[in-house]
Amino acid sequence: MREGIQKAGRIAAIALASTLVIGGSANLLAQAEAAQPPTAEVKIDNFSFGPVLLTVAPGTKVTWTNRDDIPHTVVADDKTFKSRPLDTDEAFSYTFDKAGTYPYFCSIHPHMTGKVVVK
Amino acid sequence: MTDETNDTKDVILHDHHHDGVDRRGFLKCMAWAGAGALYVMQGGVLKSYAMGGSPRSSSGIAAGELSFVQISDSHMGFNKAANGDVVGTLKTAVERINALSIAPEFILHTGDISHLSKPEEFDTVDQILKGAIAKDVFYVPGEHDVLNDDGKQYLERYGKAANGSGWYSFDKKGVHFIGLVNVMNLKPGGLGSLGHDQLEWLEHDVKHRKASTPIVVFAHMPLWSVYPEWGWGTEDSAQALSYLKKFGSVTVLNGHIHQLMQKVEGNVTFHTAASTAFPQPQPGKAESPGPMVVPAGELRGLLGITDVNFVQGRHALAIVDSSLK
Repeated sequence: MREGIQKAGRIAAIALASTLVIGGSANLLAQAEAAQPPTAEVKIDNFSFGPVLLTVAPGTKVTWTNRDDIPHTVVADDKTFKSRPLDTDEAFSYTFDKAGTYPYFCSIHPHMTGKVVVK
Repeated sequence: MTDETNDTKDVILHDHHHDGVDRRGFLKCMAWAGAGALYVMQGGVLKSYAMGGSPRSSSGIAAGELSFVQISDSHMGFNKAANGDVVGTLKTAVERINALSIAPEFILHTGDISHLSKPEEFDTVDQILKGAIAKDVFYVPGEHDVLNDDGKQYLERYGKAANGSGWYSFDKKGVHFIGLVNVMNLKPGGLGSLGHDQLEWLEHDVKHRKASTPIVVFAHMPLWSVYPEWGWGTEDSAQALSYLKKFGSVTVLNGHIHQLMQKVEGNVTFHTAASTAFPQPQPGKAESPGPMVVPAGELRGLLGITDVNFVQGRHALAIVDSSLK
């Protein structure tokens, strides 16, 4: 039932967008940009996550990049997200939809810990 | 200690804790790390001798009835600045093993066989070690060997007869060897971990053994608190060691920290081996424990193999580190 409502909403949005195309392409562009999810970066350097505490809005896509010469992982303490081992310059992304506090660590080097706060 | 006769100048002068090592002696051991050092345990007393770069210079002193070699941290697949040729340095390690004056009966590999747990990395190490004079290799996993599958591949390759995540024990010429796994199920903020099941197994494994049985424990991460800030320790190692208290001679061999380090505590000698791949900094001497880039001419002096000899009846265990230079 809920899915049906969402579908109906989407059709309405497309209809609205079509109207806007007729009305002016600049408006459509602005709307497309607004639809891009916000992003944030965490760098892994010298066996540490930076920033170690990251605060983002719900819906933010966070990307971790390993800049060490040694592989690391990004694993939520409660395992809600878990990267494969990231070798040098490899990255992992996760989108945080819900507000909350997400502590995580490197499962290879567990003394490496970090936290994402979503609010 | 003062009545010990020893014709080298490196005798232990002040053994306040009756643990066979004084502060100066310990620092000396540390200072020798690059060049190789010989430790002889006799009747619970550790004697230290300096030795040259050649492993042959240990002949005579270290002769015993059981000889084996420890290698560690071959990190096959690593190709960064600290060592672009980990194949070459592992091959040199095998040449050193084959050149030892006393042919070792087997090899212990204390983990991080591979760098990224890739099948071809394990294959390459297996292939190179086939060139060693000692045909049997006993492994324990490092964290780099169990990256993707909770150690499934490792167990299939090396641990078919092992318990749990890969722990086991065996006997050679009266010495009891115990291979432990402390790289699985690591907790956030924590150190290496043995876990309840393995501890229970260990307690049972040693319970009915005679106190006079020499014990050799080998595991990847140090079973003593080397530097917790870098995760260099094992959270429940004290409990494991409590089961070994009754034994007169316990030798604990680890890898993981890519440098030589030794500590003696009562009946227990702790020793970490050099890597065959790349060195890591001394505790706290760098921003992180990452691979240490050294001038090309110095690399092989910081890599190495560890040769261990046991002399039956004399209660002696000798540990000789040789660099790959």
